[in-house]
Amino acid sequence: MNWEILGIWLGALVTLCLYSFLYRDNPFYKFAEHLFVGMSAGYWVIYTIENVLKPNWWQQMFPEGGGFNWVWVIPGIFALFMLARIIPKIAGLSRMALGMIIGAGAGLNMVAFFQTNAMAQVKGTILSLSSGGVWDIFSNIVLVVGVVSGLVYFFFSKAHTGIFGKAANVGITILMIAFGASFGYTIMARISLLIGRCQFLLEDWLPTIPRLLGLGG
Amino acid sequence: MASIFEKLGNTDRRIIFILIALAVIIPIITHLTFPNPVGAEPSRDMYEYVDAMPSGCNVLLSFDYDPSTMPELQPMAVAIVTHLMNKDINIVGMALWPQGASLGQEVMSSVADSLGKVQYEDWCNLGYKTGGGIMIVRLGSSMSAVFPTDRDNLPWEEIPMLEYISDLSSFDLVISLSAGDPGIPAWVMMAGDRFGVPVGGGCTAVSAPQFYTYLQTGQMVGMLGGLKGAADYETLVGIEGGPAVRGMAPQSVAHLVIMLFIVIGNVAYLSEKKKGGRG
Repeated sequence: MNWEILGIWLGALVTLCLYSFLYRDNPFYKFAEHLFVGMSAGYWVIYTIENVLKPNWWQQMFPEGGGFNWVWVIPGIFALFMLARIIPKIAGLSRMALGMIIGAGAGLNMVAFFQTNAMAQVKGTILSLSSGGVWDIFSNIVLVVGVVSGLVYFFFSKAHTGIFGKAANVGITILMIAFGASFGYTIMARISLLIGRCQFLLEDWLPTIPRLLGLGG
Repeated sequence: MASIFEKLGNTDRRIIFILIALAVIIPIITHLTFPNPVGAEPSRDMYEYVDAMPSGCNVLLSFDYDPSTMPELQPMAVAIVTHLMNKDINIVGMALWPQGASLGQEVMSSVADSLGKVQYEDWCNLGYKTGGGIMIVRLGSSMSAVFPTDRDNLPWEEIPMLEYISDLSSFDLVISLSAGDPGIPAWVMMAGDRFGVPVGGGCTAVSAPQFYTYLQTGQMVGMLGGLKGAADYETLVGIEGGPAVRGMAPQSVAHLVIMLFIVIGNVAYLSEKKKGGRG
């Protein structure tokens, strides 16, 4: 048995252990679950040290050519502050590190996020309802009516009665259609993952059985 | 006495699991294939945008996913890399997700080998870098500052194809294959809206609906959504019997089974409601 076949068998057995949960909770599932959690934790610790801490911090502080960049001590101290959360007496120090992360993140992202996800979307809703072909006009009307009525549904300072209530009803209908589309996509995603596993079991794993039994193939 | 629909409405969930499993397994075993027509969809927009690019252009291809979403995103990666390499477009690979760098390397090296493309002349892999959107902002001012070496620790200056690449503006297109955050939203926000680089991409089906707004506003040039998007691109590029196209038959059969159970569930619900069983 070579390493490739061993890998395929391990993958197949763990896959079957995990799918056994669909029948009911059992020791095989628990084993696979604990194996995954343990391996993931170990993997990410090493990966973070090797691919994040070493290149982005350690090698900046101690460059290959020699020397010592003292400025990189500062992020190191802030990183230690994050770990202060596990010692109640000095847990407050972690807030300094968190404050820096949140401040930098908010400063860099706030305007860009608003521009991309609010302003550009509002601009995209300001459409001509009279130019273009019949289908374009119809699409634009659906889009504008959908956005406006959807917003009306989430306006709670006025009772949803009369014309306002009818607009809110159109809004919730549009929202339901959108949720239905999202649900359809979600089903497709989950089935795709199942297809991936089934293709692995049927096309990669099953053909190895006759080979192991010396039946050719 | 309970009607047939009420009995079906109370079907044990394990029977449904078995039927879904059979709906997937049988088409795979029997090599069932369905035609995959590609209409005026975001995947065609993506294909046509890439197809219109002249040879020698530079594309930044970001592999922002990990093995858990490989069934959807790896076929997309293969199809896009095949298309780009067929068009003699230079590919600079990178990843916002740690394991994306390895998956990208696997795709680019295998496709390059089959098409006779040379690493560091036609394609390269800069590897993974942490930071998400903030890192992309830094790419806007200097690529080599973020990636002093490639994934295999070869210095930036020693990679011939990177000679004329300085920052994000050196690229004619950014493509993100995205399984979540960081991914397409970060690229659209920073590379697209902030630095004006056209952005396209592929994503898992779960996240596809939220990106349709970027298509409508022109913030993305095209998009491949889930396995269907991957199958569309395989069809358009002309990849025979690709994994995504093969996956569409079990996908369709499984959808039919699910639709059937949705109908049965609703009929059972309405039948019970008619009898006064449920409000």
